[in-house]
Amino acid sequence: MRYFDVIVVGGGHAGIEASIAAAKMGCSVALITMEKEAIGRMSCNPAIGGSAKGHLVHEIDSLGGAMGLIADKAGIQFRTLNKSKGPAVWAGRSQSDRKYYTIEAIKAVSETPNLEIIEDSLMDVFEEDKKITGIKIKSGEEIKCKAVVLCSGTFLNGLMHTGMTSTEGGRYGEQASKGLTESFTRMGFVSGRLKTGTPPRLHKDSIDWDKLEVQPGDDPPLPFSRRTDKSKFPYLRQVPCHITYTDLEVHRILETGFDKSPLFTGVINGVGPRYCPSIEDKIVRFADKERHQLFLEPEGLDDDLIYINGFSTSLPVDVQYKALKKIRGLENVNMVRPGYAVEYDYFPPYQVDLTLETKLIEGLYFSGQINGTSGYEEAAGQGIIAGINAALKIQKRKEFVLKRSEAYIGVLIDDLVGKSTNEPYRMFTSRAEHRLLIRQDNADRRLYKYGYEFGLISKELYDEMKVNETSIAVAKEFFTKTKLTPEIINPILENSDSSKLQFSETVDKLLKRPEISLSSIIKHLPRNGKSEIVETLEKNPILAEQLEIEIKYEGYIKRQEELVLKMDKLEDVQIPLNFNYVKLKTLSAEGREKLNKIKPRSIGQASRISGVTPSDISVLLVYLKN
Amino acid sequence: MILIEDTITALATPAGVGALSIIRVCGPLSFEATDKIFKGKKLISESDSHTIHYGKIISLDGEQIDDVLVSVFRTPHSYTGEDSVEISTHGSQLIVQKIISLFLDNGVRLAEPGEFTKRAFLNGRIDLAQAEAVADIINSRSDASLRGARNQLNGLLSQKVDSLREELITTSSLIELELDFAEEELEFISLSKVAESISNIIYEISELLKTYSFGRVMRDGVNAALVGKPNVGKSSILNYMLKESRAIVSEIPGTTRDVIREEVVIDGILYKLFDTAGIRFTEDIIEKEGVFRSRDAVKAADVVLFINDIETGFSLDLYNELLELTSDDRIIKVLNKVDLMHGEHFNADVKISAKTGLGMNELYHLLNEKAIGSSNYSEKTAIVSNLRHFEALKLAKKQLESALVSIDEKLSGEFIAVDLRNAENSLSEIIGKVTNDDILNNIFSKFCIGK
Repeated sequence: MRYFDVIVVGGGHAGIEASIAAAKMGCSVALITMEKEAIGRMSCNPAIGGSAKGHLVHEIDSLGGAMGLIADKAGIQFRTLNKSKGPAVWAGRSQSDRKYYTIEAIKAVSETPNLEIIEDSLMDVFEEDKKITGIKIKSGEEIKCKAVVLCSGTFLNGLMHTGMTSTEGGRYGEQASKGLTESFTRMGFVSGRLKTGTPPRLHKDSIDWDKLEVQPGDDPPLPFSRRTDKSKFPYLRQVPCHITYTDLEVHRILETGFDKSPLFTGVINGVGPRYCPSIEDKIVRFADKERHQLFLEPEGLDDDLIYINGFSTSLPVDVQYKALKKIRGLENVNMVRPGYAVEYDYFPPYQVDLTLETKLIEGLYFSGQINGTSGYEEAAGQGIIAGINAALKIQKRKEFVLKRSEAYIGVLIDDLVGKSTNEPYRMFTSRAEHRLLIRQDNADRRLYKYGYEFGLISKELYDEMKVNETSIAVAKEFFTKTKLTPEIINPILENSDSSKLQFSETVDKLLKRPEISLSSIIKHLPRNGKSEIVETLEKNPILAEQLEIEIKYEGYIKRQEELVLKMDKLEDVQIPLNFNYVKLKTLSAEGREKLNKIKPRSIGQASRISGVTPSDISVLLVYLKN
Repeated sequence: MILIEDTITALATPAGVGALSIIRVCGPLSFEATDKIFKGKKLISESDSHTIHYGKIISLDGEQIDDVLVSVFRTPHSYTGEDSVEISTHGSQLIVQKIISLFLDNGVRLAEPGEFTKRAFLNGRIDLAQAEAVADIINSRSDASLRGARNQLNGLLSQKVDSLREELITTSSLIELELDFAEEELEFISLSKVAESISNIIYEISELLKTYSFGRVMRDGVNAALVGKPNVGKSSILNYMLKESRAIVSEIPGTTRDVIREEVVIDGILYKLFDTAGIRFTEDIIEKEGVFRSRDAVKAADVVLFINDIETGFSLDLYNELLELTSDDRIIKVLNKVDLMHGEHFNADVKISAKTGLGMNELYHLLNEKAIGSSNYSEKTAIVSNLRHFEALKLAKKQLESALVSIDEKLSGEFIAVDLRNAENSLSEIIGKVTNDDILNNIFSKFCIGK
């Protein structure tokens, strides 16, 4: 009988990260996927990153994950969103060539030592004394293992809807996993049902491009990964996206299909995401809006398909088609594939711990959409955590949990476990209460230490980050001690509409003025003594940027750090896992039920559980004290 | 870990001699234990909630201890939410001690300080702000302070703060919208609108903060100092007020050279009167100490009664010295001995005769006005009377003001959001939406035993 330390089920974005991380950490790993060619397939839009999702990609990259590198290689457009806002919400977003994305993903998996791809599908998992022992695949083979990471995406009892037609399947043209949910519910897991959707795909030659607004990428484009070879980036030709809009006529046509909408007629039971509504949902919920923005995104350089972002729908095919044809630029459109909604099973994530190991079965991990998230980045973020933890457990090492103040991934998993989402969960920057501390630019300084510890980040990279960290400290010190005279600085201040100096002022103070940038004064900094630091900054613009952010927003950053310290006090109050909430009659009924279900590890985690009242927290604090 | 399974008892009325004392017993054994020592017409364990029973407390060896009334409260309709009885006895420390020991012999334990209220809180009978109000009610020494605490117990402040918090959350969410959905074609709120909404919340908080002087007065009373040259009638005014007062609370012992402190309740407000010995520095070593204390009393006073008499006239020199210690608007210029009819009438705020009582009502009115302002807070106004709440509101205001600074500096939304989030936390702390150890420890340590 074959044996692997870790078996990862599903070759999506969670499965890729989980399998690579566990294998790189020295475990023997099998990745089970129905089809090798489907590894890293982008089921929905061909984009990586975006607000808060870009942060996740940077964090995955800083832990040594694959997503950033793959997206950089497959990217055909790169933009930094929110550039007009502050640095904490700057977020990278890329359009990928879908074909290259899978090619690079397959390559990343195949090239990883200790990692074997098995083209098959999971039939059952075996446990003994609530501990995973192995799996059975469709071929009939039984494989032994110590850990299973389940990343089955939308495939569990997947049901696709277009109009009143429902087809079993997890993704267009791909079969669903039948029977798996049932074998898990037999083990005691509770399942729920969610819904997501995807828009039609259009043929690029049928679109009147001249009629559309152009949305170009950034020039020069910025890669996600610090490990991407800058000399080769961008790997692919860069192309723009296009923008068009619906109008009232389009809305009226869509309305004619409402009586055959699976969403409105109750055919779909799963809960859909509020932040990513279908076009029919938007028309109903925002009836006073006369138009909705649509993005036409290429699926690849030599791909004929265009993804129409913002037009997710499960209305009947003829209605979709008729409505599309009324949209500016799409008058003669060829709809290659209609939009559809997909319903799938998930396991409400209170059933996993912060390590993503299930509370019920030791050695069984859930990650990705099975935990109720949506999005490639959310899936990948969980995948790497599950993979790392599976390996750590097998190697009898300390588990790995990121704090909310450390990373978006920490926020993500804490939210999942504590709030146990009942709609598809997407990351937003506002979910992170310590947003100013967990930026894209400092992801390496936040997370390399872990990546390095697990052997996923090279010593070379880690050392480089350490050197940079020292440079920032040296530069800060230098800037607080170095003054610029009015003669030198006033012309620059005048240019920037900043009030002029009468006396010399430190560089640090000058940089705190919102209108003064480091780049505008760097050439006036004295070069004697500690001059190397100025040269270092000139040579390393990313470093200079981090430094500038930290100086400029020092006050705000300090305030957030104080908040973290305060919160940490609650995080540090541990609750024993066997704590008997049921016996605590003093808790509110809902609070008791939720606490018992989720079994938080700390008062901090307990306090974030919805339905747990402040009184409940006080009760716990009082009891834990006694 | 303790579970609320044991039964506790304590004296619920102040220790000392009174006409009646009330002993409270809470917990599952309340009825059973009472039945073991109480002989009435009916067993307490078989009595309905909210009934009162006459009978005798009899010790194990048959000694009849007292005639008592037992009030029965069944769970969850009691103060702590548990089964509970209250026993009204005759006011004797000996009787109380004997009855409590009888309970202790029957499986009941002595309550820790504040334990009844702690249980009420743990059982979800009251929220954090209300729990604090209980501490205030227990300590209240005047009608006004009772009213203030009742106001809080009724949750007026919680409601008000909660609505401000909601408003703040609404504003924050508008900022977050722009940060997380920049790509969408949405109409984002203008920063001036955000500023307007924040300013509005700041205004509301300022209004709440203003009630604190009133709230504090209700809670702690008014510090009033009597200052004047010897023989202008300070003592007679003080005595008059003490006579008028329905509750003479205490006299702080000390030498005649010390500050004498009396507490009187006039028109439902507690006044702490400091009869100062003199505020002028002297060579006399013994007197020196008194002068220091007097000066401190004047500095700390909410109101200073500057007493002059019609014979000696207005003491300008003393008045000038007074102004070094306090501000003019805290001083009430009193002209005493107007019954004498001769002498210098200067422009006093109030003319009185402590001997005949002439003008004293007007003096009380002035005191009242100086102490709590002319503001007329109705029973429906949320009043801040607790220092922790006051500080939290002040902090929230400061945080909101710093959010305004960020807006003014045209910083992006996530910086504004930092302060808004902090302000939200500050408001939440008042109503206990967020709680931490320190708050709890502080609150529970303030409770007196058995209340």
